[in-house]
Amino acid sequence: MHFDAFDRYHEKESLLHKLDPRVKALVTVIFIVSNALLPDGAWLAFLLAWLFVLVTNVISKLGIGFTLKRSIIALPFALIAITVLFSIPGEPLATFYFLSSQFTVTDNGLLRFVSILIRSWLSIQMAILLVAVTRFPDLIHALEHLKVPAILTTIIAFLYRYLFVMTDEVFRLLRARESRSGGVAGGRSGGGVVWRAKVAGNLAGQLFLRSFERSDRIYNAMLSRGYAGRLYTLNPHDMKSYDYFATAFAIGFIFILQALGRL
Amino acid sequence: MPITHIQKPVIQPETDCDVLSVSDLHFSYPDGHVALQGVSLKLCRGDKVALVGPNGAGKSTLMLHLNGILHGKGEIEVAGKKLTKDNLPTIRAMVGLVFQNPDDQLFSPTVFEDVAFGPLHMGLPEDEVRARVDVALEAVRMTSYKERLSHHLSVGEKKRIAIATVLSMNPSLLVLDEPSAGLDPRARRTLINLLRELPITMLVSTHDMALVNELFLRTIVMDEGRIVADGLTQDILADEAFLNRHGLEKP
Repeated sequence: MHFDAFDRYHEKESLLHKLDPRVKALVTVIFIVSNALLPDGAWLAFLLAWLFVLVTNVISKLGIGFTLKRSIIALPFALIAITVLFSIPGEPLATFYFLSSQFTVTDNGLLRFVSILIRSWLSIQMAILLVAVTRFPDLIHALEHLKVPAILTTIIAFLYRYLFVMTDEVFRLLRARESRSGGVAGGRSGGGVVWRAKVAGNLAGQLFLRSFERSDRIYNAMLSRGYAGRLYTLNPHDMKSYDYFATAFAIGFIFILQALGRL
Repeated sequence: MPITHIQKPVIQPETDCDVLSVSDLHFSYPDGHVALQGVSLKLCRGDKVALVGPNGAGKSTLMLHLNGILHGKGEIEVAGKKLTKDNLPTIRAMVGLVFQNPDDQLFSPTVFEDVAFGPLHMGLPEDEVRARVDVALEAVRMTSYKERLSHHLSVGEKKRIAIATVLSMNPSLLVLDEPSAGLDPRARRTLINLLRELPITMLVSTHDMALVNELFLRTIVMDEGRIVADGLTQDILADEAFLNRHGLEKP
């Protein structure tokens, strides 16, 4: 039984897939930082950034709307920024009452809110594309080569490896509960809310204990093969001239976009 | 790629009985549960020995002692070297411990990285690491799985990769904890053939008495933290009353 819902890698033969993972990781991070640095209402720069996303989508051969579809799932998180609508001083646009308090939407607030929405939407798309065209182990190697602290890359690698095992574990627990959640013919099945909550709590506790014990066994397995507090990996990647060219092009484009955004 | 001195494990015709020697090993868990009460055994080069006994007999505890993960009272020598804190890394490279659940053993994202983990941590040069990974995967017939992700494999495949992860360290002793548990008949058969072919001294804990009968000349029976029998498999399996007394079954 395998649970592959988290595997976001999409196998394709494209220039983007073949690009060195370091380049992809670095350009993605620079792109996201660039988005964050763009001033509010830099519409031309936003448009260019979107163009960048669309072009990379096309190069990846995954289809022009590939990341667009998948980015919608992340939009609700941008709603956290909704408070800027009311908290930035400016010309009032609309006023409404909610829970006996008065809220006034200002033009500056609206401008900032829309800009934040666009920035996060563009950034999310790039991140989605990154994991779609890069195998996860390659991505971790790339982070190691980019001098991300070993402790972080190790945590990410383990998280990735055991996410699948833990999901299986959760589904086994849930299935065991379902199998024993019978009902008397004619009667309602299941107990009260408190009882149900208690069962759910026990499941969560079980999951924690099992993971805790598993981590112990994994650590023993690591010790048995000579682990002494440091992880080592081999370097399977070589930067080619094509990789340098792609890096230069992407960074150059992002610089132009930044300059236009500040005109 | 230049291949630098790969040492394939070789069986030596003469019986050197110093591959493993355990004498009077005692161990209690921190909660007070007594797991081992005076275990002594010796393994000779090329020996393939079954370790049987009911659950809670102390089999796994004994195995965790063999490469110094648990420290009990008593003496353990591997290939004539006494196990101490200082030579733990050497001992761990010599004793290849394969855990029961391959999901615990395979903790790296790809098969290659898992098999390379041992040799890399022994500080070997890159060419040698790569060569060893190839030899180990070849030995378990999984060469084409090198770039696969561990969580996409079947249990039988994971088991074989788990064995490769310790073979790559060129151990002088292979210790396996219930290798045939949870395998379907075909995967079990593949595993049995693999264990038969591997030219390494091995100690295998199992409940699979048919496997014991088929593969191992010598059997050690443990119960309540003690070794209650150590001898020829056919003699031990012939004594049905003895087997029943220790919660085992004749195959």
